Amino acid sequence: MFMIEKAIVGSRRYWTWILFLLGVIGVGFVCYLRQLSYGLGITGMSRNVTWGLYIGQFTFLVGVAASAVMVVLPYYLHNHKEFTRMAILGEFLAISSVSMCMLFIFVDMGQPWRVLNVMLHPTPRSMMFWDMVSLGGYLALNAVIALVTLDAERKGVAPAAWIKPVILLSIPWAISIHTVTAFLYSGLPGRTFWLTAILAPRFLASAFASGPALLILLCMLLRKLTGYEVGTKAIRGLAVIVTYAMIINVFFLLMELFTSFYSQIPTMMEHFQHMYMGMEGHTSPLLFWGRASLALMAVALLLLLIPRTRRNERTLAVACAVTFLSLWIDKGVCLVVCGFTPSPLGAITPYVPTPPEIMISVGVWAVGALMITVFYKIALSVREGAEIWIEERAATPLPAVK
Amino acid sequence: MKISRKGFLQIGGLSLLAVAGKTAIAELLGKGEGETPSPPGAAAATRWAMVVDSAKCLEKDGCTDCINACNKAHNVPVINDPLHEVKWIWKEPFENALPSQESAYTEAKFRGKPVMVFCNHCDNPPCARVCPTKATWKREDGIVMMDWHRCIGCRYCVAACPYGSRSFNWVDPRPYVAELNPDFPTRTKGVVEKCTFCEERLYKGQAPVCVEACPEKALVFGNLADPKSEVRQLLESHYTIRRRPELGTQPDVFYLV
Amino acid sequence: MRDRGVIYTGLLIFLGLITFPVWHDLAAGTTSRGPEPILPAQEKQCVAPLGYMRTSHMNLLMDWRETVVRRDAHSFKAFNGKTYTMSLTGTCLTGCHTNKADFCDRCHNYAGVSVYCWDCHVDPKLARRSAK
Repeated sequence: MFMIEKAIVGSRRYWTWILFLLGVIGVGFVCYLRQLSYGLGITGMSRNVTWGLYIGQFTFLVGVAASAVMVVLPYYLHNHKEFTRMAILGEFLAISSVSMCMLFIFVDMGQPWRVLNVMLHPTPRSMMFWDMVSLGGYLALNAVIALVTLDAERKGVAPAAWIKPVILLSIPWAISIHTVTAFLYSGLPGRTFWLTAILAPRFLASAFASGPALLILLCMLLRKLTGYEVGTKAIRGLAVIVTYAMIINVFFLLMELFTSFYSQIPTMMEHFQHMYMGMEGHTSPLLFWGRASLALMAVALLLLLIPRTRRNERTLAVACAVTFLSLWIDKGVCLVVCGFTPSPLGAITPYVPTPPEIMISVGVWAVGALMITVFYKIALSVREGAEIWIEERAATPLPAVK
Repeated sequence: MKISRKGFLQIGGLSLLAVAGKTAIAELLGKGEGETPSPPGAAAATRWAMVVDSAKCLEKDGCTDCINACNKAHNVPVINDPLHEVKWIWKEPFENALPSQESAYTEAKFRGKPVMVFCNHCDNPPCARVCPTKATWKREDGIVMMDWHRCIGCRYCVAACPYGSRSFNWVDPRPYVAELNPDFPTRTKGVVEKCTFCEERLYKGQAPVCVEACPEKALVFGNLADPKSEVRQLLESHYTIRRRPELGTQPDVFYLV
Repeated sequence: MRDRGVIYTGLLIFLGLITFPVWHDLAAGTTSRGPEPILPAQEKQCVAPLGYMRTSHMNLLMDWRETVVRRDAHSFKAFNGKTYTMSLTGTCLTGCHTNKADFCDRCHNYAGVSVYCWDCHVDPKLARRSAK
């Protein structure tokens, strides 16, 4: 039923990649064991900067997970047929991303063996409770959708009718997972960098730019490695979505800058000053990252807006990579650290992730990479198998979901 | 009764979920523990609060009696690394503790001077609101309490506290406790801790250790709901300020300036 | 069956390995001995009946923990009417089981149970030693 047998037959190149990922995961795991025994003090986090790389990566990846909706929505809700060969890839990206999110939360916890306390003692007033519920639910939803649609494809039939409402449910659910994640931040009275109504919309905009950008890159990679063609229309369609999302994201950022600097309220300005301009006497590493993110956003926007560079697949690849990188820095690094700097008591504590911390993060990313490799292998094998079957029997095209 | 294997597994899975969810559902329906946060502004029989007399506190230069007493009584680790330090009560420069009062012309009396800061045991605590396991909650007597058995170490409460009152145990604290007090547990690595207004002494009718240790009697502790208490009388006769009142947290620590 | 020799040798080695706990303990002479915790000299009655404590002392301690920490109630009325303060260190260890190593650890080590209580709760003996 899980078609795992399709993932254990592969070329030498496939297996080298798998083994490499397993190696990276192993090293990350050993670092995690060290963290378990020593404590979270092994990371670069401190009394003032209590969330760092792990939670930043989690926040960024929730966005990538939610962005699957940018393919599901046009394809299943509006019947845009150009996304036919891309939909399953988006769903698998969502599953891998959500799994990485949950792993990042897990490695960030001080007492991870107590994690079930969140379910045993549900606290509806806590946004973290809803975060766990929504992420778990999203994982379950996408797993069911991917399994059912892929299984049906393998058998050469249309998926069962009950999957359609489940797919439609995943659309608002995708929006909700990232909104709830934004609510983790935007309801805290003491953290003025995050205490803004525009945080959730900003999260969604940056998610819908970075996620599809990654998906485009993955599709291009798949085409190169396996010859699997999602279609130029699909890639172009998604590129337009990335462009609009990036425009909205930058617009929201400018809105934030206006409110903070026109009002001249110190508690609103200081975080942006710290991230983009540098504050007197403090040249923190964050300044480099903040400015890099801005520069990359500008380059990305330029490449995406100009139709010629957006349509040319080579420049589009560059644009997507730059988009992804700029938003990864913005959300995965700057957002969390900047919220804590300066602290409520005005202290500026530099945050520098330590090697074990970085290795654990890389290990979690490797788990995601492993998952997506295996999933794509299965999906492509099933699709290839189905296509060969059709060719051999010259039957009618695969029946679509009603 | 004929049932397919698939059907059996489905029913079995659902039953398992129902049994496992029993605890969760019971708690959601409020049949769990008795602790419920009292709504802000509601009349309470007890409302523990502290008044800090900043002028009296400054009389003795370099005094750390309250800090030492607290650390000793509660096995608070003394970690020199500022990244990992754990503190329940400490000194902050006036401008940091009470920033909205700052101006270029702030009274010389207070400029740069240390102010004792600790958990404010807010009436409307954001930390208790965000805790996903109710490991920290507001008791009926006003104290924002910690349950170190339940804390999962997510540090959401640390992010939520607008005063920086909370410390996380980044490492095992035991090696950093000079003298173990057996009457109070230590904590383990991976949980958040803070001042608890010495709740383990309150039920015995004893005042917090910092209050008793202060040589100038600068810390006054009492029940705000009792009109005859010293804290109430201080509030009624003096002008007091609280930290960041505009946030609506309703702190129960008042500063006489 | 040409491999008979190899198979029987393999089986013998396997049997030897799988019964290792049995004959190792027999040789060390520990099987007949139980955990042998040393009971307190003065007090003869615990806060609950012996049978209950043997099977469910962890439940009692969990109850105490929830009641003290979460409900701010400190007084425990025992089955025999006596009142105790609910405190692992204050009542159990200070009042009666003054030597944790001779009592608590004996059974826990024997059964291979690692309890995390002692990560936080301080053994008074340890504290007295560190104070010196």
